[in-house]
Amino acid sequence: MRGIFLAGALALLVGAAAPVRAAADGPNMAALLAERPSPTLSAYRLFRDAGARIPNPGVTPYDLVTPLFSDYALKQRFVVAPPGAPARLNGDDVFAFPVGAVLVKTFAYPADLRAPDVEVRPIETRLLVRQRAGWAAMTYVWDADGREARLQVAGATVPVQFRDAEGALREIAYAVPNKNQCKGCHASDNAVTPIGPAPRHLDREMVYADGRRSQLAHWVATGLLDAAPPSVSAPSTLDARARAYLDVNCAHCHNPQGPAANSGLDLRAAQTDPALWGVRKRPVAAGRAAGGFLFAIDPGRPDSSILLHRMRSTDPGVMMPELGRTLAHREGVDLIARWIAAMDADGAVPDNTP
Amino acid sequence: MLRILTMGVCLAMLAAAPAHAKTFRIRPGPDAQTQLQTALIEARPGDTVSLAEGRFELTSGLSLDVDRVTVRGEGQDESILSFTNQTSGAEGLLVTSDDVTLRDFAVENSKGDGIKSRGADRIRYLNLQVSWAGPPKSTNGAYGVYPVSSQDVLIDRVTVRGASDAGIYVGQSRNIIVRRSVAEFNVAGIEIENSFNADVHDNAVTRNTGGILVFDLPGLPQQGGHSIRVFKNLVERNDTPNFAPPGNIVASVPTGTGVLIMANRNVHVFDNAIGENGTANVIVSAYRNDIGDAGYNALPRDIMIRNNVFGRTGFAPAGDLAALKSAGVPLPDVLWDGVTTYVAGGAPRNEPVRISLKDNRTNRNTPVSFLSLGLPVATSPVTDAAPDASMPGVLLIAEPPPVRLPQD
Repeated sequence: MRGIFLAGALALLVGAAAPVRAAADGPNMAALLAERPSPTLSAYRLFRDAGARIPNPGVTPYDLVTPLFSDYALKQRFVVAPPGAPARLNGDDVFAFPVGAVLVKTFAYPADLRAPDVEVRPIETRLLVRQRAGWAAMTYVWDADGREARLQVAGATVPVQFRDAEGALREIAYAVPNKNQCKGCHASDNAVTPIGPAPRHLDREMVYADGRRSQLAHWVATGLLDAAPPSVSAPSTLDARARAYLDVNCAHCHNPQGPAANSGLDLRAAQTDPALWGVRKRPVAAGRAAGGFLFAIDPGRPDSSILLHRMRSTDPGVMMPELGRTLAHREGVDLIARWIAAMDADGAVPDNTP
Repeated sequence: MLRILTMGVCLAMLAAAPAHAKTFRIRPGPDAQTQLQTALIEARPGDTVSLAEGRFELTSGLSLDVDRVTVRGEGQDESILSFTNQTSGAEGLLVTSDDVTLRDFAVENSKGDGIKSRGADRIRYLNLQVSWAGPPKSTNGAYGVYPVSSQDVLIDRVTVRGASDAGIYVGQSRNIIVRRSVAEFNVAGIEIENSFNADVHDNAVTRNTGGILVFDLPGLPQQGGHSIRVFKNLVERNDTPNFAPPGNIVASVPTGTGVLIMANRNVHVFDNAIGENGTANVIVSAYRNDIGDAGYNALPRDIMIRNNVFGRTGFAPAGDLAALKSAGVPLPDVLWDGVTTYVAGGAPRNEPVRISLKDNRTNRNTPVSFLSLGLPVATSPVTDAAPDASMPGVLLIAEPPPVRLPQD
């Protein structure tokens, strides 16, 4: 009898609490920090609209200086920090985020890349949540009507059509990563970690509801970040742009603690030894992916450089990155080809190279 | 009272016993990809993912990142993971967690490596088959089974056919056993690279380009390979023309090589049957490319070759070595490049290279033969050879202790 009474009281309590929560317009931290992820994205209350375009208060949009290429998908990024607990600067590395921080990234395609705001179809939304035990990665795949996204741990293949920058119709089998594949990129010493939110990647302007300003200054002013890092000049020389591109697209694995550490190839922009970032470096375990070439970077000779060969390929046994694309990134390939072509035997590229 | 006591005992037992291990049973069919990958993600430590009999048609690489999980099929010829139509993933199956057991299934036609395990300590590869259909091709995946950057690796009763690099490849690891396995029609049958303490024994390694390779390469996080024992293997008729894509280190392996030791320290080759290898039964060589890495030693040191039975060899030498035969220099059972000097990071270094042959015999009517090429430095072309066929003296070279693995 007493048990029934208690259960009834609990039900009443839960019933009474629910409408109050729905009225609150912030993220659902209990759901975000729960050990079991919610089956639907909407349960986290990150967005005001069903299509996850308009963020709730406490959810801040952000953008990167040099984004990772993902088959030309548009990416909308948002960050959540728990009130009164800003992320801490961590040198040049990714900020140290407090428990309760959330990074949100929606991958979407417009019908035509030349009109990026028209007929935008979301494909997947990925969350990185800083839980007590560390970062948790989750992926939500959108229903065809774009009104709800559902948890998918095993990945998915979604047929996608869009017109590219030249107006040509492209059809791809977009690959939503599975939970383990998330870790394929987002891992350091085998623990899940964010990649983007580091000073060099965020040092740019951003348009907010009340105007355009420095993204890092906005983060500090709104309590997302504890202090402003020294300003880094955006990469302007060919060499700096190429190294920044490799840093963002490759160094999440190709660093001494990353999943590709065993290759001995370190593509972080901070690596200063040309032999370690690939100049005349011989392949180790590349197998047929080496394409018959002798060096990762053969200075002055882009067409006999393994690194470029693997960027150009779409064969899963050859291509790099291994995940996250089914197309070659034409603009990235052009950049790296011009960079290797301009390189002298020691890996140096003159500053005045266009 | 009794009831309360019993309850207490039950609770104590529950607390002591591990959470009930679960078995995920996966069958071939249109949903196999999702079901299998979901099981590999949702499995908890102690669980088993069981593969039914049949062919699983998969389009994406699989991955496992949970400790203490067993993936078990119904047998090498019964449960087949087929990647013929793979469109994503750089390998068939990737394991990145510890204490994993893979047993009794096959992986075929993966676009990249067959099964790779990275940073996966105490892994067991048991009774598996990895193969690529058709004649050996350079478009086949590089490695059949590929544990790397791991401690305590057991490979037992694994068959690999058709890898365009090495069938069984262990890289940058320590404490390794490869035994009772079959490697055929690969470029390298079995390769131990940049690794410490490996026992490679009781394997049948035939019809590859080169049979068993013990390599050490520069510029890697783990180098200075040492303490390797290669024993009681059949290393015979390795005659498949080298089909490795150029640029890879194994592309330089001459067709018809039995055992090839390059760089490394303290390698013991004993009690093997090594014959019908057209270039040489055993080659001992320095690393022959330019070296920028000042911390690397290009020389093989402390090499013991004893109690082997050598069969026919030198009848079809390949690569640079073919020129020797044309010049009237017969190729031997054991060929050493004779190098004691190498250049690393711009500085020449010289070191004694101790090689010993002891108690070997042949199944031919000719005695065991040896040849040093007497090359001046590691990078010298074979045309600089000053061949010398005198047998090296017998040296005492202490053998490393047998490898013992906690999971074995």
